[in-house]
Amino acid sequence: MTAQAAGQERVLTGTHFMLGDHACAEGALAAGLDFFGGYPITPSTEIAERLARRLPRVGGKFVQMEDELGSAVAIIGASAAGARSFTATSGPGFSLMMESIGLAAMMEIPIVIVDVQRASPSTGLPTMVGQSDALQARWGSHGDYGVAAYSPASPQECFDLTLLAFDVADRYRIPVLLMMDEVVAHMTERVVIPAADAIQRGQRPRPDHAPGATRHLPYAVGDTLVPPMAHAGEGYCVHMTGLTHDERGYPALNEATHNQLVNRLVDKVRLNAGEIERYEEYALEDAETVVVAFGCTSRSAREAVKRGRAAGRKCGLLRLVSLWPFPEARLRGLLERGRVQRFLVPEVNLGQMRREVERLTQLPVLRLNHAGGAMPTPEDILAVIP
Amino acid sequence: MSEGRREVRIGGFGGQGIVLAGTLLGKAASLYDGKEAVFTQSYGPEARGGASRADVIIDDEPVDYPYVTRPDVVAVLFQEAYLKFAGDLRPGGLLIIEPDLVTPESGVHALALPATRIADELGRRVVANVVLLGCLVRHAGLVSRDAAEQAIRETVKPATVDLNLEAFAAGFAHDAGAVSEAAG
Repeated sequence: MTAQAAGQERVLTGTHFMLGDHACAEGALAAGLDFFGGYPITPSTEIAERLARRLPRVGGKFVQMEDELGSAVAIIGASAAGARSFTATSGPGFSLMMESIGLAAMMEIPIVIVDVQRASPSTGLPTMVGQSDALQARWGSHGDYGVAAYSPASPQECFDLTLLAFDVADRYRIPVLLMMDEVVAHMTERVVIPAADAIQRGQRPRPDHAPGATRHLPYAVGDTLVPPMAHAGEGYCVHMTGLTHDERGYPALNEATHNQLVNRLVDKVRLNAGEIERYEEYALEDAETVVVAFGCTSRSAREAVKRGRAAGRKCGLLRLVSLWPFPEARLRGLLERGRVQRFLVPEVNLGQMRREVERLTQLPVLRLNHAGGAMPTPEDILAVIP
Repeated sequence: MSEGRREVRIGGFGGQGIVLAGTLLGKAASLYDGKEAVFTQSYGPEARGGASRADVIIDDEPVDYPYVTRPDVVAVLFQEAYLKFAGDLRPGGLLIIEPDLVTPESGVHALALPATRIADELGRRVVANVVLLGCLVRHAGLVSRDAAEQAIRETVKPATVDLNLEAFAAGFAHDAGAVSEAAG
């Protein structure tokens, strides 16, 4: 197969009627996926299934690993060698990957992990929806670190946000988590895939000198807070460790280095939140009730807001496309306008993202929660909008 | 819900091809008729044995809530699916049954489409699902015939396109009798 033919097949340009899980897999391929290491688990299995067929045909490597511990470490290793790497799992596997998320954050190795959320904790309801890994995405590994997490609400967004996830992971050298849910993963809708040459790919910052010319300091940073990334095997002197390390990447077990390093890991996301975060607004102009929702739940929320508006209720929707960073500045902006009287946060968990809203306001934050297995209907949400 | 929202539920058992029938319907609407459509199906234990479902929602506007709650059309190829799903039908909605496999209660108004028998006459029982799709497209009027045929051409294996188009045409042309009238 010629390189050009391979390129054409890698990006399935055109309009499709496609499953959410498949759209995620296609998004990864379009992003230039080189390596998938994973362990199939419901409801994410269709991602691995499709990539097992598709990825080897376009020159990538698909490895079915022994478990999720191995999967996470395998994608870190592949990424350290320069491969765009990714895995897909669900809650139980996501828990097993937590340690490695911290490792990737600490070593600043870009990875993308998809968690197709099902009803949890533990094995829970394997085939039914949940949104209860939202806080785990942000806080699940030990220590302070920065990540980005996106939550698609449609198969189209499964494609778009998978593309974005790779770009953000590479640009900031961080773990990026795609927090899908079972409803969106198993829904089939129209998905438009652009032409291969119309896809702009974010790049890893790279050393501006050739290997060997000058001593390479793999963790030396300029103004951007993101060190240029030399890949293992390119000839640069690279050393990567989960231990606190200095600019050379060597262990430096002292509090001053640690404090500086961990602050930078957090700051490169915090200070770039405006670039990384995504949200969508609907009917917020004069809204007194602001519904804050994400993933499948935001679909019911939008319908509820439409009907609420038709009935004369001043309500609007702030849809969290990124859970992390949480669009804090936008929410503060809404509060400054002074029209908002209350928030409503419907979610398929017992109030995880509601905490973020409560943290930012003294106004009442209404709740609508389900522990998992069912998403709220528009009627459920409308009933709580005054 | 939007005024234009229409919900379709196709019920059957594993092997009857209801997932393909639902996919073709959604694809026809979404890709070739310029409408919005969402397709969902039974998943997990629910889909393994017994009555399983293939659901399609078609609308002029983007579909928000993705699940069928009060179908405008119910098509069932299997008694258990009839018992499980027919009661959800919106009053005045369209019920299509496979009369060789489904016996409705008396007084129920339904279109009778012997999809399996028609498929057997074409030499391939597996296309009963597409026979059903032909009947559904004609009587429900949710997607155009052209769009449905285009979806078939773009979805099934190239070697089976003609057979499937034939099955679709047979289902479309069949003069499905109303069960209550047929009984009388």
